[in-house]
Amino acid sequence: MPSTLPDGDPAPADGSLPDSALAGARERSFGVYLHVPFCAVRCGYCDFNTYTATELGGGGSQAAFAATAALEVELAGKVLGAAARPAATVFVGGGTPTLLPPGDLAALLDAVRATFGLEPGAEVTTEANPDSVTPEGLAALAAAGFTRVSFGMQSAVPTVLAVLERTHDPDRVPRAVAWARQAGLDVSLDLIYGAPGESLDDWRRSLDAALACAPDHVSAYALIVEEGTRLAGQVRRGTLPAPDDDDQAAKYELADDVLGAAGYGWYEVSNWARGAQHACLHNLAYWRGGDWWGVGPGAHSHVGGVRWWNVKHPTAYAQRLGAGHSPAHAREVLTEEDRYVEDVLLRSRLAEGVALRRLRPQGLEAVPSLVADGLLAAGAAQGPGGAAVLTRRGRLLADAVVHRLLGA
Amino acid sequence: MSPKAMNALAPAATPPELIRNFCIIAHIDHGKSTLADRMLQLTGIVDERAMRAQYLDRMDIERERGITIKSQAVRMPWESAGTTYALNMIDTPGHVDFTYEVSRSLAACEGAVLLVDAAQGIEAQTLANLYLAMENELTIIPVLNKIDLPAAQPDLFAEELAGLIGCQPEDCLRVSGKTGEGVEHLLDEIVRQMPPPVGDPNAPARAMIFDSVYDTYRGVVTYVRVIDGKLSPRERIAMMSTKATHELLEIGVSSPEPTPSDGLGVGEVGYLITGVKDVRQSKVGDTVTNSAKPAAQALGGYRDPKPMVFSGLYPIDGSDYPLLRDALDKLKLNDAALVYEPETSAALGFGFRIGFLGLLHLEIVRERLEREFNLDLISTAPSVVYEVTMEDRKVVTVTNPSEYPVGKVAEVREPVVRATVLAPKDYIGTIMDLCQERRGDLQGMDYLSENRVELRYRLPLAEIVFDFFDNLKSRTRGYASLDYDVDGEQAADLVKVDILLQGEQVDAFSAIVHKDKAYAYGVMMAGKLKDLIPRQQFEVPIQAAIGARIIARENVRAIRKDVLAKCYGGDITRKRKLLEKQKEGKKRMKMVGRVEVPQEAFIAALSSDAEAAGDKAAKK
Repeated sequence: MPSTLPDGDPAPADGSLPDSALAGARERSFGVYLHVPFCAVRCGYCDFNTYTATELGGGGSQAAFAATAALEVELAGKVLGAAARPAATVFVGGGTPTLLPPGDLAALLDAVRATFGLEPGAEVTTEANPDSVTPEGLAALAAAGFTRVSFGMQSAVPTVLAVLERTHDPDRVPRAVAWARQAGLDVSLDLIYGAPGESLDDWRRSLDAALACAPDHVSAYALIVEEGTRLAGQVRRGTLPAPDDDDQAAKYELADDVLGAAGYGWYEVSNWARGAQHACLHNLAYWRGGDWWGVGPGAHSHVGGVRWWNVKHPTAYAQRLGAGHSPAHAREVLTEEDRYVEDVLLRSRLAEGVALRRLRPQGLEAVPSLVADGLLAAGAAQGPGGAAVLTRRGRLLADAVVHRLLGA
Repeated sequence: MSPKAMNALAPAATPPELIRNFCIIAHIDHGKSTLADRMLQLTGIVDERAMRAQYLDRMDIERERGITIKSQAVRMPWESAGTTYALNMIDTPGHVDFTYEVSRSLAACEGAVLLVDAAQGIEAQTLANLYLAMENELTIIPVLNKIDLPAAQPDLFAEELAGLIGCQPEDCLRVSGKTGEGVEHLLDEIVRQMPPPVGDPNAPARAMIFDSVYDTYRGVVTYVRVIDGKLSPRERIAMMSTKATHELLEIGVSSPEPTPSDGLGVGEVGYLITGVKDVRQSKVGDTVTNSAKPAAQALGGYRDPKPMVFSGLYPIDGSDYPLLRDALDKLKLNDAALVYEPETSAALGFGFRIGFLGLLHLEIVRERLEREFNLDLISTAPSVVYEVTMEDRKVVTVTNPSEYPVGKVAEVREPVVRATVLAPKDYIGTIMDLCQERRGDLQGMDYLSENRVELRYRLPLAEIVFDFFDNLKSRTRGYASLDYDVDGEQAADLVKVDILLQGEQVDAFSAIVHKDKAYAYGVMMAGKLKDLIPRQQFEVPIQAAIGARIIARENVRAIRKDVLAKCYGGDITRKRKLLEKQKEGKKRMKMVGRVEVPQEAFIAALSSDAEAAGDKAAKK
């Protein structure tokens, strides 16, 4: 079951934004997120907004998706009006975007290009399942303007993939990476650690296998048991053990050691890149408070302190757009306080940290004790240009650090 | 068959020979209230329409639990063999904590109906009250109730009752409060067997208070039994223990609604209203006399209520403290036994130390506070009153483990009770084991019948207040019943066990326990807390200690990871809201040194049932 949307205020039917959100927009980076809500099968741990039926009724089918989503891109152009500007990044996520034919993904990107334009050298990523790509398909995406592909590898260990209910053959990953390389795409691999039954050695094997593919970027996520997923049911019934925080901490440290030794530096809690030029710019914008328009069912957007999220079901989504309405389900206009909290919460996840000048006095006061407790790096916190940067211990305890920076 | 009396006798003009004062001694559930209802109906003072089940039990809690906490007296007319009589039924509280009040109710009667469920036989408390009635030389009429039940064994239990009160099995009446069968005969037998009251109508007035109830509209309503002389409206009365005087604003009888009368004469039972607002000014057991022409001597048997069990009560939401104070002030108006004073706990904040007559009293007060005043409360483990003598002969009275003195202790004395347990004989071994574990001394054992035994123990009160009754019930599948009465004190090998979190003592968890049980308590508490205290950024040792000596230790390991692995565009709102919620949650955390302890952990750790505590914590 997909996770539920947050509560919020009603969103206007025409999708219009308050002037405050549009003011000064041209100074801020702009990105487009495209959510493809389809998968061949649903994995037991996944709570993303995704559907496995190919024929959802009422215009919600996979075949109609690209055309429907293009309507929202058009609407976005109208709503932003003078504040519309070329996208620095585009990210197609899911779901499994590569379930759609490459032509559909190319059409989506064309819609973005037509409405907003792309900045020179824009980063254009799609997520992909190693199962659902071919050399030809990847070449077609590159030709259409995609620059980067992020494969859901998750693990190299069959028993772990089975627990996660991933269907791909681990041997397929290196081949998919090679095809992407041939097509000239940057490659990122997603890994998941801490699944029930995964040993530390299993995890080391997965890391080694990922590095053997020589990707440009690695994301490694501790498995989260999300409410409402099949995995949550199995844990609740006791058929699978709950992930253990200590085990996940040990695996995080192992990942950081192994990736670090192989030349991948962390730039966000769960992300490592082979040099800063390979960091995911689209994701960085999330953490730096940038503007982005999220297109697709259940997609979230943020423009100038207004966050909103679309209706979740592809059919409802298609019907809204078909009727000429915004697909936004609800929104929230962030207060000054909300924006500060988010700023500390998000920026503290980054290797660049939260600049000390951004902290309120209460946060600044907490810095020395956080340094003393080994949670913030001593060096980075020095001087007027300093920043609150998490140590490795601090990265694992980021929640506590944020609470202390916010004075709780 | 006796007809309803056509003309009731007027109060203040009824010769004592035509009065019968009786009470019903029965165990909870044995059908006392239902029998009383039938009597009200048969004597015609409550008509069918006004009849509601258990008419005399007024408070919600009583009605729900089917128990009577506060007694009342009802005057009923009854014609027997051509003569009209006035029957006063005095309803006695039916629980172990209210022995003193029971004794005063009994002292207002000449006879008692011993009511026993014909399917269950007599229970320990009933037996205790029966003995009390026999000591007061009351005429006992044994009655087996619920004879309509298929499981009734009237012949068996008639034997048992006969053996207990020294009559013949066939002297036991058989009734069904539910169907009314045998109730008229019982009323006739009350008239025939019970003696009328005797007193001197010309002596200065003396009336014994056997109950006093606060009513929001009328102030305190005092129930009395006149022994000598007469009380009249508008006269000035005096309370002999306090010497306080009041004007009698109203005097009358309950039948069953309050009905003003011209007064109350010798042997009569009724109520007084003087306008006082606090039951402490009208104490159970006190003697009422005329202030202009006072009696020389008060009636015997008066006693000040003495709290035996103490517990700290704290509002879960600290800002409810003033509400709790007001609520206690209100309850006190109607509960002369309730004593309390403000108390501060480092762990629990501001609350009250409250003294109770016993565990049921504690439970009732707590439940009323929660229900009638909408308060959420935590109570600390109940404690008894210890006398601690130091080596320098200084004596300290301890009602709270935190008051336990530091220094060389010469002797600790604790209250003991005389406990009676009735149970089927199959459970003798089980009960003996339990009492042994609780430091009990067997005083004697008797067979009430072939199958049922009475065991008499001397036990420390402290051992009874801590889940003894629950244990007794569960180990005997609910068959055993318990009664106890305070029986002095004894010296015992007691120590105070403290619980420390990261070296900081947590006052709410300190306990005074027997030396042999200190280790078990320490291990249990440390283990419980280990599961209840969330992991912190540092390791938290939990220790149990007697003075400086550590007797048990557990560790809550430091937390290593709390970060959310994924925080992308769609996660931000959810994460921010979670953060805000956690921030609110932190406000409810209590700090013990540097350790954050959630309120739930205190509640769960203080609940007597370790299993339940674990469950609660797991559900959070």
